[in-house]
Amino acid sequence: MRYLCLIYSEEKMWQTMPRPELEEMYGQYFAFTEDIKSSGHYIGGNPLQPTSTATTVRVRDGRLCTTDGPFAETREQLGGYYLVEAGDLNEAIQVASRIPGARVGSIEVRPIQEVMAPA
Amino acid sequence: MDAADPIRSTVEAVYRAESRRVLATLIRLLHDFDLAEEALHDAFAAALQRWPREGVPANPRAWLVSAGRFKAIDHLRRRARFAAAAPELALRHGAGVDDVAFDDGVADDRLRLIFTCCHPALPLDGQVALTLREVCGISTEEVARAFLVRPPTMAQRIVRAKAGIREARIPYAVPERPDLPERLAGVLHVVYLVFNEGYAASAGDALTRADLAEEAIRLARLLVELLPEPEVQGLLALMLLHDARRPARTSWTGELVLLEDQDRRLWDRERIGEGAALVESALRSRRFGPYTLQAAIAALHAQAPDAASTDWSEIVGLYDVLLRAEPSPVVALNRAVAVAMRDGADAGLALVDALLAAGRLTDYHLAHAARADLLRRLGRLQEACAAYERALELAKLEPERRFLARRLKEAGER
Repeated sequence: MRYLCLIYSEEKMWQTMPRPELEEMYGQYFAFTEDIKSSGHYIGGNPLQPTSTATTVRVRDGRLCTTDGPFAETREQLGGYYLVEAGDLNEAIQVASRIPGARVGSIEVRPIQEVMAPA
Repeated sequence: MDAADPIRSTVEAVYRAESRRVLATLIRLLHDFDLAEEALHDAFAAALQRWPREGVPANPRAWLVSAGRFKAIDHLRRRARFAAAAPELALRHGAGVDDVAFDDGVADDRLRLIFTCCHPALPLDGQVALTLREVCGISTEEVARAFLVRPPTMAQRIVRAKAGIREARIPYAVPERPDLPERLAGVLHVVYLVFNEGYAASAGDALTRADLAEEAIRLARLLVELLPEPEVQGLLALMLLHDARRPARTSWTGELVLLEDQDRRLWDRERIGEGAALVESALRSRRFGPYTLQAAIAALHAQAPDAASTDWSEIVGLYDVLLRAEPSPVVALNRAVAVAMRDGADAGLALVDALLAAGRLTDYHLAHAARADLLRRLGRLQEACAAYERALELAKLEPERRFLARRLKEAGER
């Protein structure tokens, strides 16, 4: 079963993190990604550009409406994700707990809902 | 017909003793709560039909598990004729009869069921509802009544929790060693919530809903049997020691009686003895936690002949350790009350005032009630009245409100 691990943290923390710590963090992410690739959990994953680059799109009454920034103002922002394959939720939680971001922010683990393609 | 009656009472006795174990194993074999519940009922219906003719089997539980399993497979086959459920059927049917291995495996099944019902991915109220429904076998209507919600609301909660297990694929498993302490803490939290709901209902008329407290104690006994960790023993001890005082906590008119005024002859000595022994065993392990510490405090209260001769120094010492393990303002408030008993009301009042000044207990009625009591002892009656009034504004439980109103009236008259 596939699970999406959404990585939330305070964006400001990343922007103010001293260079050596930042490099250390990148190193940990690289090692973690290699690790779950070899264990067969990895399907995909990416870091995201900061929320200042985000656009929110809505269509209301047939009219397109775009605004800048994320939909909701929250203390922590979505900063990246992993899509993983795991046997069950406990295994997915295990993988998520090893994401380096879990130690400074939080990871939301969401099971993927399988959608049957229309015949 | 007459010959069937003793069989019927045998089946009923087996149902009471074994139905939860059979259910726990069926859930493992069938991978589905609803299918397993249906299979359980079918199995007992089959027992009522066949045991009078064939005699009671040597191992009724094993018989019921395999009867339930065959009934479920039948059911799936019938369903498969209408829908293309063949792969699903193969998956469930594929498990060999050897899977129905007993004793060892069966004890694990009940533990699996507990950990699945108390999975942290489920909302807490869903964990509580599902545990009472599936592990304890209490009907949805009874669970609803105990928690003062409408039966359809409770049924919804249980349906959603089961859907959560299925959709997120929560495994039917006891957590691996590294995750066990944290997951066990979650299970103990659910058990303690059930107990508290029974011990001191959070709203309503009755101060104790003894059935829920009794159910929580039964659950904890099961956990001690299946997973004898020190904190499990500590929680069972804590609940036994609190519950031992139940007959003395309310007067025959339904009024609340404070610890120091309780008739200690009414306390259940057997439960106190059992609780105290569990506390000692948990403390000896040196791997205990907050439940054991609270139980140790409760044991000191329970073993004292009266409030004055209670070992308050020891109690303050235990609160110090508890506060380090679990820094919470409520624990600090209880410690302050113990300090008042050891060093005098002045010392306790200074601590309570400091806690209220810090702001986290402002809306907690017992903080104002404790403050009022200390002021009363110090003869500062006007201030005591104001504090009782504040407590009364915040208290929700009827017997507590009546108690506070009574104290307010007495302080006003002096």
